[in-house]
Amino acid sequence: MVVAILVWLAAWALFTGRVFRSGVLFIAFGLTMAIAWVRLGAPDIALAEAAIGAGVIGVSILHAAVQMADRERREQRARPDGPPVEARTTVPPRWSRLRGRTLASLVAAGALGGILVGAVWRLPEAPAGLGPLVDARLSESGASHPVTAVLLNFRAYDTWLEIGVLLLTALAALAVRRETDLRTAIRSAGGDPLVASFTGQAVPVVILTGVLLLSVGTFGPGGAFQAGAMLGALGVLLYLAGHRAVTAIPGTTLRLWLMLGIVAFLIAAVAPLPAGDPLLRIPSGRATATILAIEVAVTASIALTLALLFVTAIPPRDPPMPPGRSDRA
Amino acid sequence: MSAFAFYAATGVVLFALGLFRLVTATHLLRNVIALNVMGAGIFLFLVAIAYRNGPDRPDPVPHAMVLTGIVVAVSVTALALALVRRLHRETGRTSLAGEHDDTSPDPDAGADAR
Repeated sequence: MVVAILVWLAAWALFTGRVFRSGVLFIAFGLTMAIAWVRLGAPDIALAEAAIGAGVIGVSILHAAVQMADRERREQRARPDGPPVEARTTVPPRWSRLRGRTLASLVAAGALGGILVGAVWRLPEAPAGLGPLVDARLSESGASHPVTAVLLNFRAYDTWLEIGVLLLTALAALAVRRETDLRTAIRSAGGDPLVASFTGQAVPVVILTGVLLLSVGTFGPGGAFQAGAMLGALGVLLYLAGHRAVTAIPGTTLRLWLMLGIVAFLIAAVAPLPAGDPLLRIPSGRATATILAIEVAVTASIALTLALLFVTAIPPRDPPMPPGRSDRA
Repeated sequence: MSAFAFYAATGVVLFALGLFRLVTATHLLRNVIALNVMGAGIFLFLVAIAYRNGPDRPDPVPHAMVLTGIVVAVSVTALALALVRRLHRETGRTSLAGEHDDTSPDPDAGADAR
């Protein structure tokens, strides 16, 4: 069953020896989660998990692991008389001696898990939930797909704040970098020919799929987040292939583009106010158009934010990767 | 046993596993992965709840919440990775000060690390 594979993959990923292997297993885990979502009747989440959960997160972790290892090896090569990397760190023994902290954590986590599983098993009869409420007002929401209606109309406020969080973390991640100038922080990675040829084939397909996901989102699984994730991944691919699509955007345009999503929501939120309506009240007459407009803006912002988060993770002034890198893939 | 019970219990187990690993692992990248596994467990639990209320037409509100949660998890992970990279760049460490330094995350190394 899917759950058995999930737990096995998660346990393997968490407790394996090498961090790189952990990252790869995490990607496998994410993709299996996507299957679980489909089994649970949540294709929207499956799409988002496959693209963002497994794809962006997993690749970012792998990228970080490989980058840090490369830097350590480079530093060691630069100081050949320094202590070897392995001797600089201590390796705690694996299972031969359970330290007190590990044992206590094991007991605590096990107890917590046991209690929660017991609570889950004994849950009372299911109440109706919010499904009927959503169904009752679905026709006036502007979208015939319930999840999209919830995301962009009934709970639009949450989505607005979520875009805000996305922007905030992007800014914070950029601020952690030493250089605040966006342009100089973004340097071309230098093309990997394997990635370049694949990207050449993939660009039209990904663009089409992204637009399709966006437009289908109104009446089927899909929507702004999934489309934004696909296009963001495309931006990352282009960057890795050496194309200057993401890096050549001027700074002002970059900043405005990042803010598109929030601003679209802001306009939609403030527009009803002069007529005396409450904040973010989406009129049922123009609901579909409003939702679609917001989704387009949100998709653009998400795509650029994700691409930027990944691209600027490469610190400046690092020498480009040695040519043998593609052999390791 | 219903499908809901299986998935909900799995969500809890994933959460507990991730929590245990979060506390015991010193390598920061492992902590990031553990956090994400915990998040995945919680999402699984939420969607299982939605499924339980109506397998043919699952409750869309938890689905929307999980979708939001995944996007937020991506953002938080990106920020966490930026911090880890910065720490590594400044100090060369892969774990917080005061804890046993893990061996480097070398993909080609033969030695296994905690």
